[in-house]
Amino acid sequence: MEWLIAIVIGVMTASGIYLVLRARTFPVVLGLTLLSYAVNVFLFVMGRLQIGQAAIIDPSAPGYTDPLPQALVLTAIVIAFGMTAFLIVLALKARSELGNDHVDGMSYVAEEEAAKQHKAEQS
Amino acid sequence: MDLLSFNLPLVALLPFIGAPLAAYAANFNRVASAWTAGFVTLVSLLLLLPAASLPFEGQTLIQSWSWLPSLGLDFAFRLDGLALLFSLLILLIGLLVILYARYYLSAGDSMGRFFAYLLMFMGSMLGIVLSENLIQLVVFWELTSLTSFLLISYWQNQQDARDGARMALAITGAGGLAMLAGVLIIGNIVGSFNLTEVLASGDLIREHDAYLPALVLILLGVFTKSAQFPFHFWLPHAMAAPTPVSAYLHSATMVKAGIFMLARLYPALSGTEAWGWLVGSAGMITMVLGAYTALFKHDLKGLLAYSTISHLGLITLLFGFGTKLAAVAAIFHIINHATFKASLFMVAGIIDHECGSRDMRKVNGMLKYMPHTAVLAMIAASAMAGVPLLNGFLSKEMFFEQAVTASGGNMLAWAIPVLVTLGAIFSVAYSLRFIHDVFFNGEPVGLTKTPHEPPRFMKIPVDILVMLCLGVGIAPMILVAPILSVAVAASLQSATPEFSLAIWHGVNLPLIMSFIAMGIGAIVYFNREKLFRWHDKNLPRVDARVLFNMVLHGVLVATGKVSRLFDRGSLQNATSWVLLTAVAAVAYGYLQFSSPLLGNRALMPMDWLTFALATTIILASVLCAVLHHRRLVSLIIVGVVGLIVSLGFVKFSAPDLALTQLSVEVVTIVLLLLALFFLPQHTPQERNSRRMTRDIVLSVSAGVSVMLLAMAVMTRDYAPISDFFIQNSKPGGGGTNVVNVILVDFRGFDTLGEIVVLALAGLGIFAMLKDLRLPAPLHDIEGREWNHDPHPPIMQTLTRLLFPLMLLVAVFIFLRGHNLPGGGFIAGLIAAVALISQYLANGIAWTNARLKVDMHIVIACGLAAAFLTGLVAILLSYPFLTSTFTYLKWPVVGKFEVASAMAFDLGVFLVVVGATVLILVELGKLSHASHRMQQQEHY
Repeated sequence: MEWLIAIVIGVMTASGIYLVLRARTFPVVLGLTLLSYAVNVFLFVMGRLQIGQAAIIDPSAPGYTDPLPQALVLTAIVIAFGMTAFLIVLALKARSELGNDHVDGMSYVAEEEAAKQHKAEQS
Repeated sequence: MDLLSFNLPLVALLPFIGAPLAAYAANFNRVASAWTAGFVTLVSLLLLLPAASLPFEGQTLIQSWSWLPSLGLDFAFRLDGLALLFSLLILLIGLLVILYARYYLSAGDSMGRFFAYLLMFMGSMLGIVLSENLIQLVVFWELTSLTSFLLISYWQNQQDARDGARMALAITGAGGLAMLAGVLIIGNIVGSFNLTEVLASGDLIREHDAYLPALVLILLGVFTKSAQFPFHFWLPHAMAAPTPVSAYLHSATMVKAGIFMLARLYPALSGTEAWGWLVGSAGMITMVLGAYTALFKHDLKGLLAYSTISHLGLITLLFGFGTKLAAVAAIFHIINHATFKASLFMVAGIIDHECGSRDMRKVNGMLKYMPHTAVLAMIAASAMAGVPLLNGFLSKEMFFEQAVTASGGNMLAWAIPVLVTLGAIFSVAYSLRFIHDVFFNGEPVGLTKTPHEPPRFMKIPVDILVMLCLGVGIAPMILVAPILSVAVAASLQSATPEFSLAIWHGVNLPLIMSFIAMGIGAIVYFNREKLFRWHDKNLPRVDARVLFNMVLHGVLVATGKVSRLFDRGSLQNATSWVLLTAVAAVAYGYLQFSSPLLGNRALMPMDWLTFALATTIILASVLCAVLHHRRLVSLIIVGVVGLIVSLGFVKFSAPDLALTQLSVEVVTIVLLLLALFFLPQHTPQERNSRRMTRDIVLSVSAGVSVMLLAMAVMTRDYAPISDFFIQNSKPGGGGTNVVNVILVDFRGFDTLGEIVVLALAGLGIFAMLKDLRLPAPLHDIEGREWNHDPHPPIMQTLTRLLFPLMLLVAVFIFLRGHNLPGGGFIAGLIAAVALISQYLANGIAWTNARLKVDMHIVIACGLAAAFLTGLVAILLSYPFLTSTFTYLKWPVVGKFEVASAMAFDLGVFLVVVGATVLILVELGKLSHASHRMQQQEHY
């Protein structure tokens, strides 16, 4: 089971990072959302995997999981939402001010030229 | 309450409170800010006076509050003779400077800004001299660097003012850092940062191995601040400041801070050979070099600047002699120099003000035009030269005497008195130049206006200072001996040695040296033309500013090159560097790791449902990355991932997380959908395949590192600190849901910070979306027009019916949160979803007409509720955010628990509702507005 969860975390991280490195704002925001899922789950499993041991005090409970990572992750989820919202609005603002949705604020034409120049430099 | 138990911090902090007041007062009336500044200074002085008698009774007043006891840091103030002397100098000369500046500043200068800066500077200086804690002292020390930067660059439109200020800040700021390091070493040796202990541990410090580095670091701070060779070059460039600033900073206060530290730490650091050589030689070189250079400055303020450097060197040299009587002479000269130099700077300002020039080749014969000022200037300059019956003479005689005794028995015996006399010769020569060149020597050359006497009140500060020069010179035992005596006692931390401030000691070596200096000085001055020619021809011109700018430029270019290596204006490149560093750091960590990667904790058995869900999430994540060009599809896939993550939380004993994730997921997807409406629906294909390959390699290696890291942790057993929370949740926090109790009780302060962040994000989004207009697309990506009926009746009816139910769920989740999964965060999100669905189904106008609550107010109420819960605990003298609870018996419901933490949780609830609804509704309004725009265009 642990391997499975670790792979899930790894794949979410990899996809998130790949999207974060894209050139347009929307995929970057999606990537950050994925990355924050991965980080949240990663933090959560620092309390190890437990089944059926929720940290609700009850005399008949067989045991309790570690509540501290859960408390951390709970606020992290809400903060991640705030961050996503802020970023996506920033992307809208950038679109309105710059007229395009490139992360560097480049227009499509400028981007083409940069790519050409890049190729020329390489050759 | 006794004033003497808390007045010292007030003295130092009051100017900081007064600074904004002075700036504010300038809005009403220019002169009002000067009055405010004067009033604040006077109140500070009055607050100090009740304690002023204590040093004379041999007491040291210490007022201390615990700050960071675990680090040995106190918020502590100290008033002894030395602190009293300096505080009086700072406050009294400050008052005079404020009066002078009120007339000096012209109509175009902002009075408010000037007096605000001046007050902040005054507060920082007072902080230095009144500090008992050394770290606190260094903080004030750096504050003087910052505030003097503001004062020197007061005329911001002038290039030389900006350059001079930057140079002063760079040099004195760097010195301050060195001093901090030195102070930390001393604190480490002594085991305390309090002066009382440090001053009593002189032997311990001097015998310690770290003595020399500590001494050098502290002296770096002292020498940079007090403009000692080789750091003296910033002071002349700081003359670009308005003259009242020079009169204050460069005569009585800022440059004296370094000297003050010498006097303050004298018992702890002095008495070694290293001290004598370092302090003595720096002082000697500075004194002679400063006096020599001063003679060649044609600018009045330039002359005074180098003269100040020379006199600071003299005082430093006296401390370097290391005898008790030398310390008396040094502190005596501090007082004298402050009085005559402040008045001379003021005179230079008056001349500049009245003539429009400070060049001594142009400004001549002023005696005729301003006789009153001329007399004042002549007396003050004579005091600077050390003419009998003036204060400068007395301290200079003491200085000569010390120079003669200090050289006894040394092979350099003759060198010290000779060099000292040489310095004095130039001192006489430049003082004479100040008098003769400016007030006699023919007629003014090429002045644009006819000079005349300045306004009456502009001269009053000079009058007072010159009277003091005379008074101290004639009756030293009455006017200055008592305060000098207590200041010396505080500086030496022992009984003051016998000293006599008589005007006549008989004909002795010092007197002869004085007369030699005056005679040769006069000869040098009257033959200055030859000397000037020789100086210009033979001595290379070293402009420290050029050198300094070269170094500064070099550093800037080098750092620019380094950062351009990583950042060429592309976010993608910069981000990949950050990620690459992270991956490399983790890889390095793995390589250093000697034990096996996986631990021995027993692995859990796998079940098929989990396997299926996990496979889905893996596939979805990969698909999301692959299909990201189709934005709507990838957004839906992200939603799938989020939902399965929340299922995972259910599975692994985290019901609270599952509920939070679920509700956040809903809100996030709605938010991203709203935003996507305004963004291109497609991402253009990428052509740069090299970059794609690089990104794939980078992200896969990051994913693998994180996976291995997670595995390494999950397969190991550990001892959590959570047992405390589990055990105390019910008896201490009154709730059985440990996660919730941690959030609202154990770690309530963290939660408070987090809801502040959320509130700020909401407000920031509100600010960004204000006045934002984006063109809305007319149709979707496949060319279909949008539905003309944005509010379908079935959806309207359903959401309206469901609304009370949803709110009920929110209340239920909120109330049970302390004991069962739920709480403010989750309830807030559910309530937000309930409200948002109304907006979605019925439109913003319809909902706003019924929901007459401003979300800003909701956020404010939430933050206030959370804060007040914490403050109530303080009022009941518990630590911030301490919670309490009790049980009530309610009819029907039965036994019911009421915890103060619920009020806190209510704050959390309100902030979450407010911020979430604010964000989404503002985004919704944006689309609403653009739809309307579109429709108008349509018809």
